Amino acid sequence: MTDIKQFLNELLSLPGLSAYEGPAREHIASTWKPLVDEMQVSPIGSLHALKKGFGSEPRPRILLAAHMDAIGMMVTGVTDGFLSFTEIGGIDPRLLPGLRVTVHAKRNLPGIIVMPRDALLPERKSETPVEMKYLFIDLGLSAAETAELVQIGDLVSFAQEPMELPNGIITGHSLDNRASVAAVTACLEELHNVQHAWDVWAVATAQEEETLGGGFTAPFAIRPDLAVAIDVTFAKGPGASDWRTFPLGKGVSLGIGSNVHPGFFKAVKEVADKLDIPVHNELMPRGSGTDALAMQIVADGITTLVIGIPLRYMHTPVEMVAMKDIQRAGHLLASFIATLPVDFMQNLKWDD
Amino acid sequence: MTAKTLSPVIEKEQIALLEQLSNACGILSDVGEVRKIVLEKIQPYCDSVKVDALGNILAIRKAQQPGALRVMLAAHMDEVGFMVVESEEGGLFKLVTVGGIDVRYLPGKPVLVGKDHVPGVIGAKPIHLMKRDEMQTAMDLDGLRLDVGPDGGDKVKPGDHVYFATRFQQVGSSMVGKALDDRIGVVTLATLLQYAPANIELLAAFTTQEEIGLRGARVAAYGFDPDLAIVLDSTPAHDYPSYDGSENRYFNTRLDAGPAIYVADTGTISDPRLLQHLFRVAAENGIPYQIRQPGPGGTDAGSIHKQRSGIPSVSISVPGRYAHSPVMVSRLSDWRNSLTLAHTALTTLPQDILQRA
Repeated sequence: MTDIKQFLNELLSLPGLSAYEGPAREHIASTWKPLVDEMQVSPIGSLHALKKGFGSEPRPRILLAAHMDAIGMMVTGVTDGFLSFTEIGGIDPRLLPGLRVTVHAKRNLPGIIVMPRDALLPERKSETPVEMKYLFIDLGLSAAETAELVQIGDLVSFAQEPMELPNGIITGHSLDNRASVAAVTACLEELHNVQHAWDVWAVATAQEEETLGGGFTAPFAIRPDLAVAIDVTFAKGPGASDWRTFPLGKGVSLGIGSNVHPGFFKAVKEVADKLDIPVHNELMPRGSGTDALAMQIVADGITTLVIGIPLRYMHTPVEMVAMKDIQRAGHLLASFIATLPVDFMQNLKWDD
Repeated sequence: MTAKTLSPVIEKEQIALLEQLSNACGILSDVGEVRKIVLEKIQPYCDSVKVDALGNILAIRKAQQPGALRVMLAAHMDEVGFMVVESEEGGLFKLVTVGGIDVRYLPGKPVLVGKDHVPGVIGAKPIHLMKRDEMQTAMDLDGLRLDVGPDGGDKVKPGDHVYFATRFQQVGSSMVGKALDDRIGVVTLATLLQYAPANIELLAAFTTQEEIGLRGARVAAYGFDPDLAIVLDSTPAHDYPSYDGSENRYFNTRLDAGPAIYVADTGTISDPRLLQHLFRVAAENGIPYQIRQPGPGGTDAGSIHKQRSGIPSVSISVPGRYAHSPVMVSRLSDWRNSLTLAHTALTTLPQDILQRA
């Protein structure tokens, strides 16, 4: 039995920037191995895992996609022992001064992000934010050691250890979207001894933060009938309170909008209501900003859904999520799959 | 005693003490955690120890000869941090800074609250929800919140003190951690007490409230009434490249260039006789040193030298990058040379150093 919280904590400590998901992927693969029947790594690095259904072949397929790649940085220059860098995934440079990072050079090196004093920057109003191009990383090593160990293109990860706050609240970096990988893992655990009719493809997608690469390619390889993107959504909190946000630890969200098939939404919502799993309607007028955006338009089109796990401070090193919501997302997926009839697609309707 | 035991060194034991002190938390006079560690360490080497009304530790190690100069050495125990000032629903709190912290360092940092080190974070708005140009403006304290989790609010209350949650780490020849300003000076001073020169009366002040106005040192100096004072502190090093590759003329100090001797800063013009003694001792003993660029900043010397009818003072600092931020970097070589310079300057202190020609 996988301890989901422990699995998540281990996963948070592993690097896995977009297109370099290796360390995260290996840990996910070893955790999923006893829960699935077969696994492949896709040409661009996604992990595709199949848990076979118990219906007769050919069986319908559902794809659960949670991206495993993390945001981070990349070295762009080395000057007198100091590294300049750019972002991988969207990062607000105002978060970076004083942050601890790991530079994945010839070996993993601990570093600090440096905000130069105003006197060493172009003329500016004092105490304005310093642009990313003027920030440095200091490795605490001599200029010679640094030049020997680091080269342009080396990756940089956030290095903060995750912390646990009261009542199963986890804070740390890369919870977007390792929290959803944990939810899919919880779903697989719950399905372990369940005679579900459908084939279940659990996919840890690659490169979501930059290109939705895994979202485009996994469904092409798998050709699912249904595809669910499990991703984090905005929790209410400081600086985030409008209609796009949901209370932390008070349930998951189900997307409504262009990336979501209304019949699929309705079926999952009914399961949630029956099980008393609190769900919020998440309005996505134009697009979901998740793998569903890509999955929906693969090949001749796929029936998709988005499940959101509320998370505070998205794309910061101190993202915050509730274990309760992760468990809810996993339980909702597993419960839906457990009762998914073989002829679901035949009865799926656009309108009531 | 052999000569070896008379020369203090920075080795495993001192680095371990610095680690313990860097991970400990304390601002203002609320430095109990630091004070406890220091008291435990120094008690065996002192003739008297007391904690005064401001929370300073005042420790004396007597001279082994009559008529010795009474020398005050000061290092401050307090760091920079925050105070919780307002409670909101759901484990959120407003903070104010205590000590000169640039608020631009706050967003996205983990912190610890109070004596129990309750974990929390200072978050920031998701980049996805920002309006255009929002990133051009610095986040200010009004918009930032301490967040200890929706169910953690009962563990925190207004008045609690908050600290950056940074664990000490040794990286090659660098020491990386919070509050090296001035826990590094605290360890230097504790080590000097242990290896106290026989020729002086050593008056050690581990001070409080340095970061908000040099207040602990002011009363410590009154109490000690010394002949002269040397302050052991940490000073910023801004020794990184200019944005355009031009010569960096605003470095203040540089790492690996030796202890930083203060000539003048915002609060003090160092005593020229003490300065000359330090320069001479360094030259005669081949101890590297650098002169801190005269300019803004200050140490406990700012309040000590104006105490009573005047106390000749000078400061020696270990250079450290990124002072008053979540994490600092100092070098072992600079720390070792600072200790050696201070110790040698004391053992060779001329009895008539304060006499004017």
